[in-house]
Amino acid sequence: MVRYFTRLRVRRIYKWGGRPYIFDRKLKSYGFEYLNMSVEGQEAVTTVTPGQYILIEGNDDEYPFVAKLLKLFGDESHKQKKALVQWFLRLSEVPQNKKLLLGRSPHPQEIFYYLGRACDDEINAESILGTVHVQHVPEDTPFPEPGTKDTLYVKLSWDTKAFNVLDPVLMQDTSASTPPKPALPLFTPCASPTATPVSRGPVHHALPTPDPTVMRRAGSVSDTRATMSAGKRSTLEAESIHSASKLSASKILSAKRRGSAADTPGVRKKLQLSIGASPGKKMTRADVLCELLDEEMESEKVVSLKLSSSVSHSLQHGCSLSPMRSGCKTPNGQRRFPWKLTSISLDRLSPTALGEQDFSSDLLLAVIPLALEDEVFEAGLPTDAGSANTPKKRQATPRRNYVRGQKPTTPSRRKESAMAIREPALGVLAEEDSEDSPMQPIALTPRSKRKSAQLVSLRIRKQLNLLDNTQELISDGDDDCFVPSKKELQSSSDEEKTDSEEETVARKTRGRNCKTSVRTTHKTPSKKVTPSTPRCATPCIPSRTVPARQPGNILEEARARLHVSSVPESLPCREQEFQDIYNFVESKVMDGTGGCMYISGVPGTGKTATIHEVIRCLQHASDMDEIPTFRFIEINGMKMTDPHQAYVQILQKLTDQKVTADHAAALLEKRFSNPAPKKETTVLLVDELDLLWTRKQNVMYNLFDWPTRRHARLVVLTIANTMDLPERIMINRVASRLGLTRMSFQPYSFKQLQQIITSRLNKVKAFEEDALQLVSRKVAALSGDARRCLDICRRATEICEHSASHPSSAGLVKMSHVMEALDEMFSSSYITAIRCASLQEQLFLRAVIAEFRRLGLEEATFQQVFVQHRTLSRVEGLQPISLSEGLAVCQRLGACRLLLLEASRLDMLQRVRLNVSQDDVLYALKPVRD
Amino acid sequence: MDNIIRKYLIMTLFKYGYIFQVQMILRERFCHQRLPEKPVGMESQHKHLLELLRRTAVHGESNSVLIVGPRGSGKTMLLNCVLRELLEVKDVNKNVLPVHLNGLLQTDDRIALKEITRQLNLENVVGDKVFGSFAENLAFLLEALKKGDRSSSRPVLFILDEFDLFAHHKNQTLLYNLLDVSQSAQAPVAVIGLTCRLDVLELLEKRVKSRFSHRQIHLLSSLSFIQYLDNVRSQLSLPQDFPDTKFYDEWNDSIKTLCEDQLVVDVLQSHYNSSKDFRSLHLLLMLALSRVSASKPAIKPTDLLEASRVCMVDSKANILHGLSILELCLIIAMKHLNDIYEGEPFNFQMVHNEFKKFLQRKSHSIHNFDKPVVIKAFEHLQQLELIKSMDSSTAKIQKEYQLMKLLLDHSQIMEALQKYPQCPTDVKQWAMSAFG
Repeated sequence: MVRYFTRLRVRRIYKWGGRPYIFDRKLKSYGFEYLNMSVEGQEAVTTVTPGQYILIEGNDDEYPFVAKLLKLFGDESHKQKKALVQWFLRLSEVPQNKKLLLGRSPHPQEIFYYLGRACDDEINAESILGTVHVQHVPEDTPFPEPGTKDTLYVKLSWDTKAFNVLDPVLMQDTSASTPPKPALPLFTPCASPTATPVSRGPVHHALPTPDPTVMRRAGSVSDTRATMSAGKRSTLEAESIHSASKLSASKILSAKRRGSAADTPGVRKKLQLSIGASPGKKMTRADVLCELLDEEMESEKVVSLKLSSSVSHSLQHGCSLSPMRSGCKTPNGQRRFPWKLTSISLDRLSPTALGEQDFSSDLLLAVIPLALEDEVFEAGLPTDAGSANTPKKRQATPRRNYVRGQKPTTPSRRKESAMAIREPALGVLAEEDSEDSPMQPIALTPRSKRKSAQLVSLRIRKQLNLLDNTQELISDGDDDCFVPSKKELQSSSDEEKTDSEEETVARKTRGRNCKTSVRTTHKTPSKKVTPSTPRCATPCIPSRTVPARQPGNILEEARARLHVSSVPESLPCREQEFQDIYNFVESKVMDGTGGCMYISGVPGTGKTATIHEVIRCLQHASDMDEIPTFRFIEINGMKMTDPHQAYVQILQKLTDQKVTADHAAALLEKRFSNPAPKKETTVLLVDELDLLWTRKQNVMYNLFDWPTRRHARLVVLTIANTMDLPERIMINRVASRLGLTRMSFQPYSFKQLQQIITSRLNKVKAFEEDALQLVSRKVAALSGDARRCLDICRRATEICEHSASHPSSAGLVKMSHVMEALDEMFSSSYITAIRCASLQEQLFLRAVIAEFRRLGLEEATFQQVFVQHRTLSRVEGLQPISLSEGLAVCQRLGACRLLLLEASRLDMLQRVRLNVSQDDVLYALKPVRD
Repeated sequence: MDNIIRKYLIMTLFKYGYIFQVQMILRERFCHQRLPEKPVGMESQHKHLLELLRRTAVHGESNSVLIVGPRGSGKTMLLNCVLRELLEVKDVNKNVLPVHLNGLLQTDDRIALKEITRQLNLENVVGDKVFGSFAENLAFLLEALKKGDRSSSRPVLFILDEFDLFAHHKNQTLLYNLLDVSQSAQAPVAVIGLTCRLDVLELLEKRVKSRFSHRQIHLLSSLSFIQYLDNVRSQLSLPQDFPDTKFYDEWNDSIKTLCEDQLVVDVLQSHYNSSKDFRSLHLLLMLALSRVSASKPAIKPTDLLEASRVCMVDSKANILHGLSILELCLIIAMKHLNDIYEGEPFNFQMVHNEFKKFLQRKSHSIHNFDKPVVIKAFEHLQQLELIKSMDSSTAKIQKEYQLMKLLLDHSQIMEALQKYPQCPTDVKQWAMSAFG
């Protein structure tokens, strides 16, 4: 975004030309014959008609995107100007690795006809920079000598895979229908470097898609349109023009700002209404004022042109009426006078040209018409039955703005709404108006140096501060809005403010219509200025005072490398799986579609590691612009307390906000089912899937259902241990959505394990070959768990180190060390435990076996065993122990789990079983007996 | 004369002071309030654990280890010794964050998480309170651990006492996460589990198990009796830095002779045969020590014998001594029933019948009791848990017909009868007779 700041000096004004000729009832769109563009402060108007070649604003100022305009259209409200285009690519936009396919050095002015599908061909018309001349050159003809710099040449087409000879038919219709106009530079060269490509250096503009920003913008347009209710659009005709001009003026705010400022007519309207509603909300007014100021900067002519006849008519009324009410001396008859006045005074061209008029009242005029427009156009809704008498109402409305009683003339719809609350507030406004007071925003701009204005502003600021304190909804950030210098308006922080203020407004007037509420919820995620909650603690572990010591010798080095946590340079032995997953995810990311994959395998077979590796590679690829960017999110069923927390975690990782599980589910649902601007593919890794199981399985259901949505662009990779998990625990509708893209990770074979260790050690010679083989064979035979294998090797290095007389003199890890480590880790400790038990404990175990043999069962009560025990101790010549002691012995064996005991409240009657096989016990006791 | 008395008084006062000191020193030892200088008989385990923790502290290597050994084998002592030694190292001192958890205290993950957060003093801790829900706490802790890395963040030592109880927590979430951190490139942690269960690994879920490094340090003492005896001597001996050398010599000599006494050796041998762990030994020595006073400034062999008698006493036999004759008779009747029906359960009616038969045949000393009195006696026995009801649904069956079992061994009954003060002879005879 930052780079656009420099270009903000140039503002372009876009305006539809001609009558709307299509009315697509379904899409509620109008087609237009041409689009007029003009630069602020310039008289020259460029007209763009379908069929012409145009330059489209991209992220490279020198090389704007080239496309052919196919169609111009807008929606009812005329707010969103859109265009359908056929893209052309510059060579710099072709992916780096595919450039060689051209097989010759490109002509500097050469472009390629784009046949790919990855680009949205619907763009925001306001990103059009100007026209350009494109000439089709037949395949075998050489390029003409570089004559005009404004001419581009097309020879080949590009379909994202290969360059093909361009079918002349594709070019023909255009050349036939529109005479190639000499590329009329839209802007004076000093104003815009974008219009004319000056030089063609080898700029790496290696985006496979024409322009993400353009696409994003286009997306945003469609999104906002979707969120708008059709019925209201026409009410905003005038306002849309305002905002449109504003937008063209400040391009930085393009997508977002537009989204916030223009796409919610309802909110917008309220915004203006609530100006009066509460003086504390003056920042909204300030904002409006600023917009207005921006407009006024442009020539008055433009303004008048822009406004459709009816609009301007009503505006004139409003303008003419308001000064009168506020005690201004402007003659009523001069309709446009106040407008002119304002614009002039603000432009500083002649601030005192109309000296007899109070400066503040000028500004007042600037504010009021805008507010009026809304009212007027709400009344003039096409759906409104009484459209015939709208003019009357229009006339009435402005006046009403100044008298307190608003009811009589308000359209009925207004009455339904929370007008009752606003009414007194409007009264406040009226009062302020009469005092010429609500001008404080202007007073703060450097332009208004006048004493009276400053005084007034001071007073109002005081008032505002007071009110601010009472109004908690308005955060501190909004305060800044009172200083709406143009610069600030353009700053990116402004969009946040716009968001927040809008939200405030929306919240204030909730219940007005459903659109508002939808809007509110939709908007919440993008709200960045969160009030400082007590829970803003940053999770971190205190850092150490002494840095960690680096490995000193070979064995330590080997140990560090063998630690499971160390990320290996490569993942050996999982090439096939890697490739499969990579292809799966890559294709989904490329297509912008979604899908699910289920990966199973016993623990320690590298499932998660492989996926992380895939993601790392994909991320690298997307950094190199080979694939579109994507988001990677990881959740783990084990790392949450409840399956429903999955929603919370996903949402938090997506948007960084904390909400409750239900709310998060709703937000995610919305996010994945609605189209949204600049949506990138999300890759979601769900580890330990089986723990997300709930009785109704709605968490799993949602996880697998979202990818199937059209706009979701979600790829879900799930991991679990069991291969048949879908069949076992999932109900049909969940299993069906998971689909059949399954993959199973087999346990590692001993060769693979050996390879893993070798690759991890990476030429650090610490192990004997045989020793490695022993470890890997042993582990492969048992579990094939790579973690286990690495742990054993690590332990072996320790043993090796300790066995050496001096740590530095320790040699290679030998078979003996590995054997010892294996013994330590695999050998059951039961036998040692029995050998180390006390004499009475051993005797008791023998008694247990004797009793088992007597009964022929594997179970006996303590009482029975104790009888045996007593007999045995007599045989052994030991003093028989008391029952309490015997019970204590039994409990000790039970605590070690050499014996399995029933609950101890059964006392003597508790049943005793061996947890070890009888043979083991006898084997362990043998030396003792001898 | 006065002088002599005064001197004697001073002597006794001093002696009293010394005895007091001796008791202080030895009690600290026996009650595990002071760690021994060096863990006895577990040098290799000590070295292993120390090395492991040192690597975590110094190199930032994550590890997980289980210390397994029967109760009283010195697991906690070993760990505490290692920690003490570790913290004495200069550059480790301020670098590790020990977190102590106990499976008996932190009975679920929610509590455990709060405790971890509190001990780590993360930023969501205010004062002594941890804010946030369970899920938030978990996310916060994991986030905190994730942010750390091997070289820069302080190693955290998670000490999980009664490790096996953590394995019973729902989904083993805590264990999974701790062990997962120890196996991934996050903040260095060492997870040290203490447990007495040999089969603890079988409790772990397989994905948790896979993340555990499978290091187990077994504390299975293979102490021979000679070593045991040596240990007793060193446990009772006074330390070198005792203020009065004369008393020190006297005391240590007396201990030396004590340990050579045959009676003492026998007592200790039977104790050793019963269990090798130090905790029971400490209990024994403690009892003996408490008999030491200024007038008897040394442990005598009889003290030890008496102490061992207290330790090994059969609790149920003691209860029997306090029973009334009627209750004793009921017990004997039950014993006969057990003989007749080979351990099948009985009910009150059967016992009462048996008792009545005895009364009819040869009741010289015992007169007839009313049935309610007998029932009362029977209930008393039940309350003492000398007999236990076999039916789970007690409410449905009448008291008299509830099936019961005797929780006493025949030998215990006979022994108790022998020792019972003024037991009527006919009762004794009845008890010894083969037939009811």
